[in-house]
Amino acid sequence: MSYIIEGATGPWELVIGLEVHAQIISRAKLFSGASAEYGAPPNSQVSFVDAGFPGMLPVINAECVAQAVRTGLGLNAQINLVSRFDRKNYFYADLPQGYQISQFAHPIVGKGEIEILLESGETRQIGVTRLHLEQDAGKSLHDQDPALSFIDLNRAGVALMEIVSEPDMRTPEEAGAYLRKLRTIMRYLGTCDGNMEEGSMRADVNVSVRKADEEFRTRCEIKNVNSVRFVMQAIEAEARRQVAVWESGEAVQQETRLYDPARSETRSMRSKEDAHDYRYFPDPDLLPLVIEQAWVDGLASGLPELPDAKKARFMSRYGLPAYDAGVLIMEQATADFYEVLAEGRDGKIAANWMLGDFFAGLNRLGRGIGDSPVSAAALGGLLDLLADATINGRIAKDVLEAMMETGEPAAAIVESRGLRQVTDTGAIDAAVEKVLAANPDKLAEYKSGKQKLFGFFVGQVMKAMAGKGNPALVNDALKRRL
Amino acid sequence: MTDTLDFTIAGARNALRAKTISARELTEAHLAAIEALEPSLNAFITVTPETALAAADAADGALARGEGGPLAGIPLAIKDLFCTNGIRTTAGSRILEPFVPPYESTVTRQLLRDGAVFLGKANLDEFAMGSSTTTSAFGPTINPWQRQGSNTQLVPGGSSGGSAAAVASGMALGSTGTDTGGSIRQPASFCGIVGMKPTYGRCSRFGVVAFASSLDQPGPFARTVEDAAILLGSMAGHDPRDSTSMDWPVPDYAAACRRGVKGLRIGVPREYHADGMPAEIERLWQQGLDWLRDAGAEIVDVSLPHTKYGLATYYIVAPAECSSNLARYDGVRFGLRVPAQDLTDLYEETRAAGFGAEVRRRILIGTYVLSAGYYDAYYLKAQKVRALILKDFTDVFGQVDALLTPTAPSAAFGVGENMDDPVKMYLNDVFTVPASIAGVPGISVPAGLDGDGLPLGLQVIGKHFDEETVFAVGQALESAAGFSAKPQIRVGSLR
Repeated sequence: MSYIIEGATGPWELVIGLEVHAQIISRAKLFSGASAEYGAPPNSQVSFVDAGFPGMLPVINAECVAQAVRTGLGLNAQINLVSRFDRKNYFYADLPQGYQISQFAHPIVGKGEIEILLESGETRQIGVTRLHLEQDAGKSLHDQDPALSFIDLNRAGVALMEIVSEPDMRTPEEAGAYLRKLRTIMRYLGTCDGNMEEGSMRADVNVSVRKADEEFRTRCEIKNVNSVRFVMQAIEAEARRQVAVWESGEAVQQETRLYDPARSETRSMRSKEDAHDYRYFPDPDLLPLVIEQAWVDGLASGLPELPDAKKARFMSRYGLPAYDAGVLIMEQATADFYEVLAEGRDGKIAANWMLGDFFAGLNRLGRGIGDSPVSAAALGGLLDLLADATINGRIAKDVLEAMMETGEPAAAIVESRGLRQVTDTGAIDAAVEKVLAANPDKLAEYKSGKQKLFGFFVGQVMKAMAGKGNPALVNDALKRRL
Repeated sequence: MTDTLDFTIAGARNALRAKTISARELTEAHLAAIEALEPSLNAFITVTPETALAAADAADGALARGEGGPLAGIPLAIKDLFCTNGIRTTAGSRILEPFVPPYESTVTRQLLRDGAVFLGKANLDEFAMGSSTTTSAFGPTINPWQRQGSNTQLVPGGSSGGSAAAVASGMALGSTGTDTGGSIRQPASFCGIVGMKPTYGRCSRFGVVAFASSLDQPGPFARTVEDAAILLGSMAGHDPRDSTSMDWPVPDYAAACRRGVKGLRIGVPREYHADGMPAEIERLWQQGLDWLRDAGAEIVDVSLPHTKYGLATYYIVAPAECSSNLARYDGVRFGLRVPAQDLTDLYEETRAAGFGAEVRRRILIGTYVLSAGYYDAYYLKAQKVRALILKDFTDVFGQVDALLTPTAPSAAFGVGENMDDPVKMYLNDVFTVPASIAGVPGISVPAGLDGDGLPLGLQVIGKHFDEETVFAVGQALESAAGFSAKPQIRVGSLR
């Protein structure tokens, strides 16, 4: 697990914290009735409130509050019944009011935690400091005109959750696992679609390095990284840069940086000296946000089964190892697929087939579970043929491949292609005799003690039977004969 | 003509319903008055004769059918801080000079719903920041009152000076104002009319150009307490589009005017005996207390110990909020834009050209008090003092039903006076600011004249959402004072 950068002065440990901006799934924006839908023509979803017109006032959207509370519950976090909105003041062309309404001093959600799963199968708890509600800014388009910048305010005022982690992560892998798990939780809850490419989930990464058992050193923030892979790469690049700075005898300066994936390096965006003074103060247009415990309880009782609970259930009910269960629950659709597949079948075999050949097949086709040519029931049909020994495992792989290509059911493929397993011992014995007769030299070697050649004979017999021989019976026949 | 323009709103309503006058005649008379007086007073930034006459005709139609809302055919002036659909709304600022809102403020929408006729948009201090209506980008409004034997131009007070001057001079039967630290009550006092600031949250702020959101509150001007009550009845009420407006029933304010003051306990806050206040204002205050005692009220000495911190608190909180509220005037989406090479230049050029000196001063003060390193010493401290001032009022209203104070520490002053010293100008609001900070309602009622013949008002302050008692006390003062003096510049005076 330990991830160490070996510098000239010895090993360095990484310290990583993440701030995730997650766009809330809601029909309307946080403080206006305008639609929050993605992808509409520029400036077609803008109310006078969003555009910061004179005399316009914000009115909180209760559904956005509910989504934040649901997410907080999904993070096992403290829900604050009283929270407050502040103004974060700065000038930018796509920030119509000249301030962003956010929750600075009193967020709606307090401390929580996220369990992450590592490749090693190990799990770790990562602390969540807080989750607060805020409005998104619009978009500046600098590439539409040689001299002018264009502004699209469709996104202005859309509800965001800012989810801040503790500086608990120590490796790029942990940061990646944290982001994936957070995304999984929000997708289960239906509170954020987690689509980093469309920008509905964005990450700011705080990175510092230190020697073992030291206090934290100065950190840098890498803004707006837009994929899990880039987050992991950015951490690595930034950590190496910081090690180089420290080891050159200089000190890392606290600053905001940008990650350039093409060069795999981070670049300074602005230093602490020209950091904004946001002049936060309570927004006088909004009363404190007061919610009732009973309302929170109602939301809690309406939550779906969450990833960790599902994982535990998969392990106990289907006898899956933690890692397999962890992978299967990553996406709700995958978990649902698995449950249909495993129903009335051997859970472990179902998991092995799904995680192995089935996913490999989907990858080859460039498809996801949602548009798979093979349904869970169809894949189950294949497993049933395997279970009742109609086909053997090797043939099953070929049948699955054919199913992925044609979309036909397993039984039809087995029938039309004559792939039924041969259990007729007469036919098997005949094939054995044929193989032995064709390989007198190998037979002699085997007899003189080269036991490893048993596998060669199994392979030759199966080949002679076009792969359809029952492997156990072929083994038996060969053992008897040899 | 003079008779027509001497109507009260209540009187005009009766005449309209009795068909002794039509809404068109009433509106035409007021438009003629505006034409005659505007060159002297400059009370309006925009006059809208066509829409006014169309509204008057609509009112006549409704009245003829036996319909028509409570304000059918009543000509009003609207402070140019209320956004009016399709009618330019400037906030008295160069930066909004070309701005025509595509929406209607809730308060004006409700007045229109009740049949009111809007004559035009009244002048004001730029973004409602001022106490004299001299900071308007559209020139100062002149007070219709003059000192005896002098034609020195006086200010009407502010920031709602155009609204006050229009009603005082007979150019409108009533008007809307907004009060952040005294912007309705002080000009009412300077112009010899009634001005009411309701409880914070009583009238919706939706569509009102914001100055200081936690203090701004719309309210009416009129020539009588009852008229102000009638107007507030239309303006008030819960608005789901303003999260700070209260969902609280709107009572019959006009009926409350007739309640009398028998048995009421009226507090006299000792801290309002300000140093250097003219003796005639002290005397008028005492006179007001005597009137109320004679009408059956009990007078009680009370203390609002944090009063002396009121102005300082106000001049931190209000600029802080304004510095943020006015950030949206950036030349990007509406209003003035000065073309520039890059975004920073666009902001700087536009805002430098668009904002006047007083607005710039307050943005700078507000930015300063919210800055890192100064926030705790200024803004946070001011919020704590604000809580103490609120507590002063809560405590005192455990003992009394209302308070009586002077409205302002002086009568109207000359245009150009107090201009060199912003702090001296700010002192105009010393008696009005505490009620704003506490969010309680207050009314200014004309009670007498000073030695120069200028009007002076008395202020009644009441409990949260108890405008009814404020109107009742105001009516008692009005009845006792029998204030009948008229300004020098008014309809008829020029004929």
